[in-house]
Amino acid sequence: MIGFSLRRLGALLRKESVQMRRDRVTFAMMIGIPLIQLVLFGFAINNDPKDLPAALVAPTQDRYSRAIVTALELTGYYRFDHATSSAAEAEALLERGAVSFVVTIPSDFDRRVDRGDAPQILIEADATDPAVASGAISTLSQVASQALLHERGQEDAAEENARDKLEVVVHRRYNPEGITQYNIVPGLLGVILQMTMMIMTSMALTREIERGTMENLLAMPANGFEIMLGKILPYFFVGAVQVAIILLASKLLFGVPFVGSLWLLMGGVFLFVLALVLLGYTISTFARTQMQAMQLTFFIFLPSILLSGFMFPYRGMPGWAQVLGEGFPLTHFLRMIRAVMLKGAGVENVSAPISALCVFVLVFSGMALLRFRRTLD
Amino acid sequence: MSEPAIRVEHLTKRFGGRAVVNDVSMEVAAGQITGFLGPNGSGKTTMIRVMCGLLTADEGSGTVLGYRLGRDTRRIKSEIGYMTQHFSLYEDLTIRENLDFVAGLYRLRPRRRIVDETLETLGLSARQHQLAGALSGGWKQRLALAACVMHRPKLLLLDEPTAGVDPKARRDFWEEIHHLAADGMTVLVSTHYMDEAERCHFVNYIAYGALVASGTVEEVVAHARLTTYLLEGDLAAVNEADRRLRDREGVIEIAPFGTTLHVVGRDAAALRRSVEAVAAETGTRASLTETSLEDAFIHFMGESEDNMG
Repeated sequence: MIGFSLRRLGALLRKESVQMRRDRVTFAMMIGIPLIQLVLFGFAINNDPKDLPAALVAPTQDRYSRAIVTALELTGYYRFDHATSSAAEAEALLERGAVSFVVTIPSDFDRRVDRGDAPQILIEADATDPAVASGAISTLSQVASQALLHERGQEDAAEENARDKLEVVVHRRYNPEGITQYNIVPGLLGVILQMTMMIMTSMALTREIERGTMENLLAMPANGFEIMLGKILPYFFVGAVQVAIILLASKLLFGVPFVGSLWLLMGGVFLFVLALVLLGYTISTFARTQMQAMQLTFFIFLPSILLSGFMFPYRGMPGWAQVLGEGFPLTHFLRMIRAVMLKGAGVENVSAPISALCVFVLVFSGMALLRFRRTLD
Repeated sequence: MSEPAIRVEHLTKRFGGRAVVNDVSMEVAAGQITGFLGPNGSGKTTMIRVMCGLLTADEGSGTVLGYRLGRDTRRIKSEIGYMTQHFSLYEDLTIRENLDFVAGLYRLRPRRRIVDETLETLGLSARQHQLAGALSGGWKQRLALAACVMHRPKLLLLDEPTAGVDPKARRDFWEEIHHLAADGMTVLVSTHYMDEAERCHFVNYIAYGALVASGTVEEVVAHARLTTYLLEGDLAAVNEADRRLRDREGVIEIAPFGTTLHVVGRDAAALRRSVEAVAAETGTRASLTETSLEDAFIHFMGESEDNMG
């Protein structure tokens, strides 16, 4: 066998870059799509998801706090699946996105209620996706007060007086004003990258086949790995341009804050783009024509937009849809970019989505190389 | 005689259950120009693609330049040149970029100089920055040939290289092929054109997936064992002779050439009786002539069709 050759790869890369540059319409599309979509999708996509995971920080388990927790669960918005006494742990859960809410009931809560002081509970909501938080928060104050009154057997007592005695403090974390663009714009980076990277690479081989140039390419001594690298590497350049455009626009046009590490984000973007171009290339080994490649791409593209948490809150979907959603690189990328951009999450808190992206890269590159046909059979 | 450049044995290739190439064995002698002939759909392209590793044979074995088919594919690919039937370089790259790409894939060094020289030889230096798609058919063909001999292959496979090219360009092309062969390159060229077949040192004739005849042009013609008469006269008489000869004994083929007729048959005595009778009836002159390669091939085609039926 003749092994991998950098000189051959160089030849393939030069050829692909020239062809890309010369296809003016496509090239304009790759730069234009991000801008157009960014402006179009700048609108809110709202929803009212229920059964959101929440963490309870209650150092003492008294009857009042139990009553409040039960009442909150009865609203259907909250599902307390983490109970902890450590504020730091709860903080980490919120940052990782494992929970959407942290409800903190202070240790002196029952004493204050019994004494008739104004008791306080703190609800911290992950407002990176405002739609997730809004419905849950709006019902909160009333539900909690009523639960407390009920528990004290004071339902009939002057409600107006009693209600202002319980103070529910709500913190909308990471996005205090509940601005939808904060959620949509970073998500758009993922969607736009997915669209352009996947569509372009999915036609990589089918274009050669349709134009009849595949016969010549295969008759020359280039191996499958070299051809694949030659096809996908130029798109990293395109991807870098798109990322720059979208990040700039998100800052200048929409004022989306960027609190995390740019390097961490770039690392995530790199993995995501790699997974996408490999997926696109795999598609092009399956498709017989460019039209088929396009159709296959959309077969993946549309569900990924609907199920990844880009358009509708991920936690608002039924369980089976969430399982399907896990199968798209976009889902994991969205978790990563929202956590890093809006929450300032560190590597330790985005390790799950990052590892998921790594798995996609491995699986797709394996599939692409296995599927590559060295002959015209 | 040295080792043949190509030797395939009992090669069979099926597409969807239909055998496109059926148990074909053939050899291509080193250093010669071998013509590969046969009607459309006879399996020529499939055979060539198997030989250059683009298709895997379902049955049979073979060696190309001493390398085993199906095992040493990469070696074969780097030592042969293959010119596809349809232009398969990149129309959206310039002439120079195409050559540069091919030179890179074969890891030629110094790439720049080799590309410069190739452009020079082609006479395309001045147009090197034009897109390949803008070239005329003849120029595309020259570019494609230049691209597949740039790495000095030992064996050149040409699949109907002159289809749709004008006579002048065809003649130049064949001159180039003979130059390459004179330098020691082995050439296998498929074609429909009889004049091109006659320019080959050796011809293989394949029809309906099977090898029907092979040898030098003279040998193939002799192998057909045909007798041919030439009928001459004025146009009306020749046309009348054509009509009358249709059902006569011993006549297999009648082909008009301008104001003459080629009458071909296998049974020389019967053919002679029929031709002389018709010549006398219509007032045309009959004379014995040499059987052409085309007559032989049309005869072969008819025979293999019968075998298929």
